[in-house]
This record gives sequence, C-alpha cells and structure tokens, in this order.
Amino acid sequence: MDRRDTLKWILAASAGPLLQRQALGGGQTANAPALRGSAGPGEGYGSDPDLLKRYKAGEVWPLVLTPAQRRTVTALCDLIIPADDHSPSASAVGVVDFIDEWVSAPYPRQQHDRTLIEEGLAWLDIESTRRFTTEFAAAKLADQAAVCDDICDPAKAKEPLATAATFFARVRDLTAGGFYTTPAGFRDIGYVGNVPLLKFEGPPQDLLRKLNLSA
Amino acid sequence: MPFVNAANIAKDYDVIVVGSGAAGGQTAYTLCMEGAKVLMLEAGRNYSPDTETPMFQTPDMAPLRGAGTPQKPFGFYDATIDGGWNVPGEPYTQTTDEPGGRFDWWRARMLGGRTNHWGRLSFRNGPYDFKPHARDGLGFDWPIGYEDVAPYYDKVERLIGVYGSNEGLENTPDSPAGCLLPPPAPLVSDLLIRQRAKTLGVPVVAAHRAVLTQQLDFKRSPALLHPGNDKAQEILARHMRQRAACLWATPCGRGCSVRANYQSTTVHLPPALDTGNLDIVTDAMVSEVLMGKNGSAQGVRFIDKMSGAERVALGRVVVLAASACETARILLNSKSAGFAQGLANSSGKVGRYLMDTVGSTLQAQIPLLENLPPMNEDAAGGDQMYSPWWLYREQREGKLDFARGYHIEMGGGRHMPGAGTLDGLEWLTGGSYGKKFKEDARRYYGSFVYLEGRGEMIPNDQSYCAIDSSVKDRWGIPVLRFHWQWSQHELRQAVHMQKTFADIVGAMGGRMKGGGPITDGAQAIAPGGHIIHEVGGTLMGADRATSVTNAWCQTWDVKNLFVTDGGVFPSNADKNPTLTIMALAWRAADRILDLMRRKEL
Repeated sequence: MDRRDTLKWILAASAGPLLQRQALGGGQTANAPALRGSAGPGEGYGSDPDLLKRYKAGEVWPLVLTPAQRRTVTALCDLIIPADDHSPSASAVGVVDFIDEWVSAPYPRQQHDRTLIEEGLAWLDIESTRRFTTEFAAAKLADQAAVCDDICDPAKAKEPLATAATFFARVRDLTAGGFYTTPAGFRDIGYVGNVPLLKFEGPPQDLLRKLNLSA
Repeated sequence: MPFVNAANIAKDYDVIVVGSGAAGGQTAYTLCMEGAKVLMLEAGRNYSPDTETPMFQTPDMAPLRGAGTPQKPFGFYDATIDGGWNVPGEPYTQTTDEPGGRFDWWRARMLGGRTNHWGRLSFRNGPYDFKPHARDGLGFDWPIGYEDVAPYYDKVERLIGVYGSNEGLENTPDSPAGCLLPPPAPLVSDLLIRQRAKTLGVPVVAAHRAVLTQQLDFKRSPALLHPGNDKAQEILARHMRQRAACLWATPCGRGCSVRANYQSTTVHLPPALDTGNLDIVTDAMVSEVLMGKNGSAQGVRFIDKMSGAERVALGRVVVLAASACETARILLNSKSAGFAQGLANSSGKVGRYLMDTVGSTLQAQIPLLENLPPMNEDAAGGDQMYSPWWLYREQREGKLDFARGYHIEMGGGRHMPGAGTLDGLEWLTGGSYGKKFKEDARRYYGSFVYLEGRGEMIPNDQSYCAIDSSVKDRWGIPVLRFHWQWSQHELRQAVHMQKTFADIVGAMGGRMKGGGPITDGAQAIAPGGHIIHEVGGTLMGADRATSVTNAWCQTWDVKNLFVTDGGVFPSNADKNPTLTIMALAWRAADRILDLMRRKEL
C-alpha cells in the first residue's frame, strides 16, 4: 500500500471527518460562543471551578487514550521536544498526560482535536508499519524522524499528506503548550517572573543601549 | 454580617441598588459613606478576592494548562465566575447568525461583576467626547460636558488608584496634581513600539490603569473625598492603608488578593460595608421594578436563586446598575398600568442605541526582540503604554473616510507561557521539531507584540435590544433579543486600524503572519459585544421625548428611579467606559443624597 492508499484507507475508515475539518481550518477554532444557550451542567469543570486546587489529568473528566495511543503520543512528543542540555523531554514533565487530558475534554475545540489526533496516531502506525514494518513507537528514532520529516511543515506537505501535517502541527502545539507551562519549561525558555517584587525596575540599561532604545 | 439572607432584608432602605460592579459599587459606596441605608442586590454569588484569587498558580496546576473553554472563556484562572458570553440557564437571542449582525452579551454572575477581571484601563472622556454631534453631526450630544464630569474623574482616580501620565494631548485630559499614580517602567517592546511609531507620527504614552504602582495617599485623599465626614474619612483611610501596592506579578485578570488593582469587591464594597449602612443580598436576580400608586417606584421584585422564591425589596429610591443590557431588560420587563411598553419608556428609547467598541487586532513577530536575555517582564499585569487618538486635525480636514477616533492598546514581552503561547510557530520555523524546535522556542518566545485598536462606535437605529417574549430564562424572566449593525464608519475605522498596525510593524522591521493587514472591514472588526464595552440602551439627554434619563441619570418618567451603569452613555468614545461609569455613578449618587436631604425623594 503506498502513501496515497494509506490515506485513502484512513479517510474511508473515518468516513471523511478529516476532510471536513480541513475545510474548517484545522484545529484553530477560537472560543467562539454558541448563538444561544449554555453548556450543560455536569459537563467539563463548570462555570465556577475551584481555582486554588491543583488538578491532575483525568480528575475532572476521564482520559480516553488507550495504552497503545499513549505510547505513540509519548514517542511523538519526545521527538518534538527531546531532552537536551537545557531541559528534559516532553514526556518527562507530564506532556503525555496533558495531551490525553486535552483530547478527553468535553469542549468543542478539544473534541475536534480528539478526532484529528486519534486518526493521526493511527496514520502514524500505518505509515511506520508500511515503511519500517513496525508501529511508530517501536521504530528507530531515525525512522520516526523520516516519517515526521514528510509532515512537519504544513506549508510544504502536499496532498495526500496535508491532513497528516495538520495533525502534526497540532500535536507540536500541544506538546509545546504542555512543556513550556511547567517549571522545567519556564527555566528552559527563560521565563523568570511570577515572583513578587518590591519594585519593578524595567529592562536593564545595558540592554537598552544595545538596542538603541531610551527609557 | 451585612451580607444578608434574602428572607431577612429590612423594610426601610433609602436606596435599592441593583448590581455590584463598577456602577453599583460606586453608587453604594458614595451613598453609604454619606449615611444612606442601602440594599444591594447581586444576581451572582458572593465572591471573596482575598481567599479565592489564584495569584501565583501556574498553568500546569490547571485543567488544560489553563486554556480558555466556553465555561472560562478568558482562561481557567480568569476571575470570572458563572460568566462569559453564555451563562447557563440565562440565554438571549439574536436576529441572525451572521457575524456582522450579532451582539454577543458578556455577563459575570458574581459579586463585583466584570470589575473582577477587567483590563483596568481607565481613560477620561475628553471635551469632544461629550459633544460629538455638535462636531460632526452624527449620533447624540450628552446633556453634560467635560467640566461637569471632571471633578468626579478626579474623585474616582483618587479613590480607586490609577497610574498614568499627563501629556497635554488634544481631547485626552490631564488629571490635576495628586490624582494619578506614577506609571510603571515600560518594557523593551513598549520602548521599541514607541520609538518606531514616533517616526509615523503616532504618539505612545503611559496607559492609564487602575493599578497601585504605589500605596494610595491615605493621609490626604480621605479628607478630599469626604470633606467634613470624619467617619467616612476614618474608614477610607483604613482601607487605603490595607491596599498593597502592586507586587509586579500575576495578571490582573485573575483579580488581586492584595487589593492592588481596582475591583468593586476590593475597593468599593469593603469600606461601604464598614459603614454599617450596606446590606448585600447575593444570588438575587431582579426581574422588575415595582411601582407604587403615586407614580413612584416602590422597590424591586427578585428571585432568590437559593430557594427559587420570589421576593420584594422596598426603598425610597431604586438605582439600576445591572449593566446596560440587564438594566434595559429589567425596565422593559417592568410593565404596569401606565407603563405598558415598559418602565421609564415613554420615549420608546429603552434598549435603543446599544453600543460596543470597535475592535481590531494584529499580532506580529519582531526580529529585534529575538533572543533577548531572560528578564522579569510581568510588570503591572497589563498594558503599560498606549497610543491615544492622534488624527484630530486630519479628521477635521476631511482626510479620513470615517468619523471618530480610536486608541491603540499594545504589548509584548516575556509573560508567563500559557497553553497557546508557542502555537503555530511553523510560519517562522519552517516546521522544526526536536532540538531545533527547542532552540526556536527560545529564540521566538518574547519576540511577539500585539496592537489592538479600540474605537468609537456611533449609535444607530439598527443596534438595540428588545424583549423576546418567546424565550424565558430559568427564573421565568423573558430574555433579550439583540439587533446589531455596524455602519461604514466602524468598518472603515477597523480597516484604518489594520493599516496603522501594519505601518508600525513595518517600522519595527516586524513580520505579520499571513503577510499583511486585513483590508475588508467586516473581517477586520471584532463581533459586536466582544470588546465587552456594552453601553447605551437608557440614554441620558436634554429632551424627555428622545431620551430615558436626564443629566443626573434620573429617569424622566419616574423621579425616584435612576440608572448609573453604562446604559446612560449617549456616545461611546474610544476611551474604555469603566472610569466614566464610576464618575457618573458618583455624580448621580451625590444628586440622590442631595434630593433626599431636600425631601424631594
């Protein structure tokens, strides 16, 4: 089965929602309010959640990804954010739980992403099996990267890979969102705020001089 | 406790205030500090910023890393409770699905209302803004001028604490000495925008925001605000001392447990409660104003949401401060003999001339801001600088294709990463992943700026709310249906905003995702209601045939019925409405006190 056939197979299996989603512009739906009405009580965390409590993935709504899907997510998000000299890998700071929580959430944007991501994970395994005779999570890093190289840039990925590229871009966003919101992510990226200060001094003078700016 | 159960309210209040936000908070504050007995009714639950504010929580402690959902549209840690463009069980209807014909109504069902999460931008209307019709023949003039409101702007700024600077710019009033707090130090991105915007003739100056950059002047201000009133001075001085200066961390939209920014719940209500003159009933959903036999309002009917029971609250004066649209709804639902089309509506103007602010946004990436060293840029938790409208002369000379102006809100910097902070980088990175992506994230984080236009909408006959008698909310109260239409002025203004933003970004050497500014006004403009500056619907005016209240926010038809929220605005200048709402509410409360002393109420 070549790649074109693989995609057709997936599209057939999913009765076309991927194509519909492309027409909607991928996973970038805004928080557009419904025309009228309201979210039903008991769905999601409600309109008055406890803001002080520390939440764990799976606590507010059950997680839906299977162990096999979580293995693929783990491999993929660690390919996107591997450990380096600055910080650990995505999976080491809870990004897999976050992505599972995200696609399990009852809200429209997340439900939309769930379809995209579940189908994308299936495609990764099919593609990997076709090319390397093993599912994606068990493939060699170089082989995983070969699959991702074809889909990592939505601007260059052509049909039939455009949908897979939309999927990859969404997972990259979620991986980055999950990673850079942790203490390790803050440190890596250089976010040094969220501490009380007696005085706010503004930017250092030598930096302003370097940028030719005056305070 | 002054928080009272709906079943245990007193029978002899001087004033019933409906709503507890900027308008209700200011009205109750002024009345109570000067000795009037007030009952405040709030449709939402009680809320305590000192114990409920997630000050230093990080996104990894929240569901979905804090991302916005329909239940928390501005993110999990936004202060809003039981609010948003959809409130469960409290629907509203539209006449169309089309984006340009809709008004989406934001509410916050909680003590303090929207003041708990707002942007704290606090601009004075200028002299032109009270007389817009006289200048260009469009819309309506106010029956009052800047000189009538200026003393109240002074008072409100002293009371709530507003940072900013005096720049002597056209129609952008300076404040008298002692009113404003010093502005915070600008960020690198602010300074770069200022430097490059200047080359285009666009001024960039300190924003005005209700955030304490230093402690309030608790020694002098109380005597200036409450002359001859020792008790009020003592109470206010104590509360001013209890409010901490900004600690330069955590976004203001979460609220502030140390009371360093303005929320009704941290600034207006605590001293008002300390007078012993204020009773508050929360979860009290007002359905109508009740009329007595003598043509005066007797009080209000409300539903106690806790028990579902209908109750009545009585007072000498009724003040509606429920938000522009909710106030219009209450009046239109108050039907009695002689008021078949709703109360205070002999002009037929209740609900009419609903306005929001023209909004348009552009985000850009600025190579000069890449790879800057880590530095704390949490700053004052919101905008540090802004551009007041600067093209008055060009407009006078007929060089612009729209009426009225806009200001630009702006920002950038290394703020706390959220779930979407690094979304969609592939237009810059070519789709990197792996270690290269981590390098790219370090490079681009903090290199983005946003420019947001906030412009004046001119009131029109097609933008209004009315009762939709076919739909009732869960309390059995008929809901509002919204009618909405922009004019060419707003659509062209939004296009002008986009072009200005693109010019500024160009001058900064920046890049825009998608390549350029939006040139179609209908695409450039934010939908009605999305800027959450709802005003109009119960306009004040000089003529009772064409307006709902007089210059004192007193309804023409019922002399002991007042409206102190944004409903009375005859125009919606580009200046964010909250400071003006508070100034007008203080002025109206002074009038009520005066009329009560003179036994005219």
